[in-house]
Amino acid sequence: MLAQLQELLDQGRASAAALTTAAQLDEWYSTYLGKKGALTTVLRGIGSLPAEDRPQAGKDANTVKVALEELYRARSEAIEREALQAELASGALDVFLPGRPASLGMMHLSSQTLREITAVFSRMGFGVLRSPEVEDDNTNFQLLNIPPHHPARDMWSTFYTDQPGLLLRPHTSPGQIYAMKKFAPEPFRVILPGKCYRYEQVTSRSEMMFHQVEAIAVGENITMGDLKGVLTYFARAMFGSERKVRLRPSYFPFTEPSAEVDIECYLCEGKGCPMCKHSGWLEILGSGMIHPQVLRNGGYDPERYSGFALGMGPERIAILRHNITDIRYFFGNDLRFLEQFA
Amino acid sequence: MLVPISWLKEYVDIDLTPEALAETLTLGGLEVEGITHIGEGWARDKVMVGQVLGVRQHPQADRLVLANVEYGADEPLEVVTGAPNLHVGDRGQKVVLALVGARLIDGHAEGTHYTVLKRGKIRGIESAGMVCSEKELGVSDEHTGIVILPDDAPVGKPLADYWGETVLDITLEANMARCLSVLGVAREVAALTGKTLKRPEQVTPPAGTPIDGHVAVQIADPDLCLRYSASLIRNVEIRPSPEWMQRRLALAGMRPINNVVDITNYVMLEIGQPLHAFDYHQVQPLAGGSVPTIVVRRAHPGETMTTLDGNLRQLNGDMLLITDGSGPVAIAGVMGGLESEITAQTHDILLEAANFQYINNRKTAGALKIPSEASYRFGRGVDPELTLVALERAISLLYSYGGGTPAQDYVDVYPGRTPDKVIDFRVSEVKRLLGLDLSAAEVAGLLRSLEFSCEELPGNVLRVGVPSYRLDVTISADLVEEVARLYGYDNLPTTLIDDQMPSQIPSRDLALEEHLRDVLVGVGLAEIITYSITSLESVAKLSPEGALPDPAEYIRLVNPLSSDHEYMRRTLMNTSLETLAANLRYQERAALFEIGNIYLRTEAQRLPDQPRRLSVALAGARAERSWLGQSDAMDFYDLKGVLEVLNQRFGVSTELVRSTHPSFHPGKAVDIVLDGAVIGVMGEVHPTVVSAFEIEAPHVGLLELDLEAFLGAAGSLIKFKPISRMPRMSEDLALVVAEDVRSDEVERTIREAGGALLADVVLFDVYRNAQLGAGRKSLAYNLTYQAPDRTLTTEQSAKLRERILRQVAQRHQAELRA
Repeated sequence: MLAQLQELLDQGRASAAALTTAAQLDEWYSTYLGKKGALTTVLRGIGSLPAEDRPQAGKDANTVKVALEELYRARSEAIEREALQAELASGALDVFLPGRPASLGMMHLSSQTLREITAVFSRMGFGVLRSPEVEDDNTNFQLLNIPPHHPARDMWSTFYTDQPGLLLRPHTSPGQIYAMKKFAPEPFRVILPGKCYRYEQVTSRSEMMFHQVEAIAVGENITMGDLKGVLTYFARAMFGSERKVRLRPSYFPFTEPSAEVDIECYLCEGKGCPMCKHSGWLEILGSGMIHPQVLRNGGYDPERYSGFALGMGPERIAILRHNITDIRYFFGNDLRFLEQFA
Repeated sequence: MLVPISWLKEYVDIDLTPEALAETLTLGGLEVEGITHIGEGWARDKVMVGQVLGVRQHPQADRLVLANVEYGADEPLEVVTGAPNLHVGDRGQKVVLALVGARLIDGHAEGTHYTVLKRGKIRGIESAGMVCSEKELGVSDEHTGIVILPDDAPVGKPLADYWGETVLDITLEANMARCLSVLGVAREVAALTGKTLKRPEQVTPPAGTPIDGHVAVQIADPDLCLRYSASLIRNVEIRPSPEWMQRRLALAGMRPINNVVDITNYVMLEIGQPLHAFDYHQVQPLAGGSVPTIVVRRAHPGETMTTLDGNLRQLNGDMLLITDGSGPVAIAGVMGGLESEITAQTHDILLEAANFQYINNRKTAGALKIPSEASYRFGRGVDPELTLVALERAISLLYSYGGGTPAQDYVDVYPGRTPDKVIDFRVSEVKRLLGLDLSAAEVAGLLRSLEFSCEELPGNVLRVGVPSYRLDVTISADLVEEVARLYGYDNLPTTLIDDQMPSQIPSRDLALEEHLRDVLVGVGLAEIITYSITSLESVAKLSPEGALPDPAEYIRLVNPLSSDHEYMRRTLMNTSLETLAANLRYQERAALFEIGNIYLRTEAQRLPDQPRRLSVALAGARAERSWLGQSDAMDFYDLKGVLEVLNQRFGVSTELVRSTHPSFHPGKAVDIVLDGAVIGVMGEVHPTVVSAFEIEAPHVGLLELDLEAFLGAAGSLIKFKPISRMPRMSEDLALVVAEDVRSDEVERTIREAGGALLADVVLFDVYRNAQLGAGRKSLAYNLTYQAPDRTLTTEQSAKLRERILRQVAQRHQAELRA
C-alpha cells in the first residue's frame, strides 16, 4: 500500500514538473486527485486491508494527498506567474496610436463670456434679470430720456417693426426701467444680459445682432466712486490684474455724469498700435450715474436715491481677449471657430 | 470735426504738444480720434518757399517750360515743369520748390505713393528740383497745377514752418454741440488747461446808412424760429477769398467757393453760428409793399422750391421756410434757394444769422435727406445769443476781403428769448453723487472756468448762472458732471459700494437654463447662436411642399438690411438645420444645440410673446472616424437619448405621442407632451426637407422644445434617496408582444408591478423573427430585485416575477418566451 502510494506520489511529482498550462494542470488534477483519479483508486483499496493496517494506510494516504495537493497549488501558482510574466512581456500596446475620440460638446464663446461676466458681478452682489428683445419706443428711448427726434437717437441705428412703436432693442438699457420698476423703492443690484440688434451693415467690425450686459445698482448711498470701483474690479477680473483702466467723459442721455471706460491696450501695453488706433487704449464699455429723470421714471426719488448703470458687449470683450479678427465668426457658427474655445 | 491747431491758437494760448492737447481733450470728453500733421514730411532744407524769376520755353518740348526760381540760396535754380498755371513770361509768383532728396507724393500715381526726388534730365534739360502741386505735398488731391502761394510768402522759408499744420479730428457726442466750432473747442481747452479765452482782433468797418426801411423781417412761426437777425452789406466785390481762409476751410473739410460764401462758412466753423447770404436784389417786397421782406413761416402743403443744388424739393407743412414776397427763398437752416444765390453779379448782400428749433430742423433735414453743415449744427442746438456776434465777425471779414459797407444796425427779431438759467446748486450733491469732498469755493472755481457765474448762498448752496451757450445744462446733475469733468474722472476716488446689501433675487429660470447648457454640453452637443431675424423662404424649407408661411403671423422689420433677415423667427428649426448643413460641408458629424427666443405676434398685448426655445440638431457619424473603426450614423435614438437625459437631470416626466409635424418623417417623429400639452417635437427630418436644406446624411435628428414649459416643470431641490446595501438579484425576461404594443408602456407596467422591490429594469434586446410569427416582437428585459432592508428570498423574488408576468399578460397580452 505504502509502496503504491509512494509510487503515485513520485509519478505525480515527476509529471507535475512538466506542466506548463492551466489545462494541463486541470488534467493532472483529475488524474491524481479527481473523483476517478489515481489517489481515489488507491484509497478504495484501503477497505480491503486488514483492520489493523487500515489506520496506518489511511494516514499514509492522507500524507500523499496533502503532498499532491501541495504540488498542485505550487504548480498552479508557478503557471499563473509564468502566464502573467508572459502576458506582461508580450502584451504591449502601440501606445503611440491615437486615442478613441470622445464626442465633447461646448458652449458658444458668447455664452461662455456672458457666464464669466455674470460670475464677476455675482461676486459683487448682482443678481440676474432678463428683459424683452422686441421692445417699445417708450421703454427703449423715451423713459431713458430720449424723446422722439432727439439728436441722441443717432447713437442707435435701430430696426423698426411693422407694428408701430415696436422696435428691436439696440441696447440693453431699457432693462434698467424693468429692473427699477420691479424693485422700487428697495435698493438693488442686477445685471441684464441679452441680445440686441442694430441696423448696421454686417462687416468684420460690426454685426446686426450682438449681446449686451447691462449692470445697474440703485441705493441711497451710491456714488461715481463706487462705479469706478466696480469697473476696476470688473476690468481686472476679465483682463488681468495689472491692466490699467481709465474713465473719460462721454454722453448717454440716461446717465449724468456719463463715462466711457477704456482699458490699456493688451497688444502694445499702452504704447500704441493699429489695434488701439495708436491711442494705447481700448474702449470696453459705457457707463454713468443714472439720470435723475430716469430714476424718477423707474419709481425712485432722485433726491434720495442714486445709482449707476453700465453696458458692455460680451462679443467685443471676447474679441479683445482672444484676438478675434472678425466679429462675423460669432454667429457664423462654424464649428472650427467654436471648437477653439471648447 | 476737423480743427486746425493754428486756428485754435487764435482763441487760446496752447503750450502743449498736439499729442498732449489731444489727451487733455479726450479726457475732457472731446474724443480726439486722430491727429494729422500736415507738412511733417517736408524736410526743412529741401522743401521751401520760392519765387519765380522768369519762365522760358523748354527747347525740346512744347508742353514744358523752364522756371527760374529763387529760394534764398546764392543762385536761383532752373527747374522743368509742365504745370498749366505757369506760362512763358510769368514772374513774381510764390511757389513751392522741392530740391533733390525731398520726399514727395507721386502726383501721377493713383492714391498715395511716396517717392524721393532725384536729379534727372527731362527732354535733355537737367532739373535739380521741382515746383510742387498740392497732391505732391500731400495737402489735397489737386494736381492740375502747381501751388501758388500768397504774395507775402517769405522766400526761402522752409515750407513746414510757413504752411505746416496740425489738425485734430474730434468726435463730439450729441450733447457737445457747443463744441462744433473753433471757439467752442477753444473754450474747453482754456478751462481744461487753466488758460483764458481770447478773441482775434478784427476791424470795425465804417457803417453806411441805417438798415431801417431797407429790410423787414416777420416771424410767422415763432415756435420754430427763435431769432432772426440780418444785416445788409452793400458793394461787396465777389472774388476769391484770401488764401489763408481757403486753406483753413479746406483743412476743416469745406470747399472754398467765393469770398462771400467762404466768409459765411468760415464764421460758422469759427463761432458755430450758421449764416446765409442772399442776393439783396433778389429779395422781393410783399404784395403792396416796397421794402424787401423776409417772412419765416411753415411751408404750405404742396409747396415746392429749387434748392442751391438744383433739386426741386417737395415741402410739407412741418418744414420751416424763409420766404419773401415771391415765395420761398430758403429752407430754414437747411439749404438756400437757387434764385437768391450769390452770383458773380451780386453786389449787395442780405446776411442772415438766425436760430431755428432744433428738433424741427433735424426732421426737415432728415425728411429731405439734405445733410448740411448748417443743419448739422442747428439740429443739435445753437446758442441764440450768437447771431449778432456772428454777423459782426462776418461784416468785418467782408469789409476786409470784399470791400463791403455794412448798413448801420441790424434787423433783429427775437421771439424765443428765454430768461437766464439759474440753478441753486447744493454743493453736497458733489459728495453724494461723486463721492468727492469739495468746498463751495473749489466747485465755484471749476464752474467759473467755463463761464458759469457762481454766488455763494447760505447753507452750502451755490447760485449758478448758466451761460447762454450751455443749452445742455438744466439741472444740478448737469453741474455735477461739469465738476467731475473739470476735476478729472481719473482723480475721482475709487471705492467699493458701501450701501445696504440688497436682497438677493432668485433667478431660477436663468440658473436652470445655465444648468441646461452644462447638461447639453455634457452629452456632446455644441452650442450655436443663430440670427433671430430670418426670411420666409428659409422657413419654407421646413415644409416638404416648400409652402411659404403666412407673413401675417410674423413680426416684420420695416427697415431690414436684406431680405434674408426680414422676419422675426417663430422657430429655431430652420436656422439650426442651416447651421448643421454648413458644418457638414467640411466635417462628417455635427451635433448642435441652441437656446434662444422666438417672437410671437400678439394682438392683445403691445409687446409680442418672446418665449425661450431649445433646439437640438444632429447628423453624421456618432463619433469621429479613427483607426479604431468607423461608428454608425446618429439617428432618432441619439436624439431620444438626449431627451431622456434632460428628463432625468431635470426631474421632468414627458410623454411621447406620434407626431404629425410636417417637417418630420411621419414614422420617425414624436410630439413631446407634458401634462397633456404638446411642448415640443423631435424626430428624424423629412427626407424632402433634408434635401431642401442641402444636407447629405442618412438621418437628420431635430428637436425643438418650449423651455419655459420644460424648465417650469423641473424638480426643486433634490432630496437624497438611501442606497440599499442588500444583495441584488438579477434575471432576464423575454416577453413576446404584438408589434403595436409600446415598449415604454410595457416597461411602465413592469415597474408598477415590481413596486419598491424592483430596483431596475433595462430593455436589452428587441427582435423579430419567423419563429415569433409576423406582427410580433420579443422584448428582453433585465430585472434587478433588491429590498432596502433585507435579503430577498428565492420565494419572494419568484412571487415578484409572477406578479409582473401576470400584469404584462393582462395589459399587453405579453407571453413569456420559452
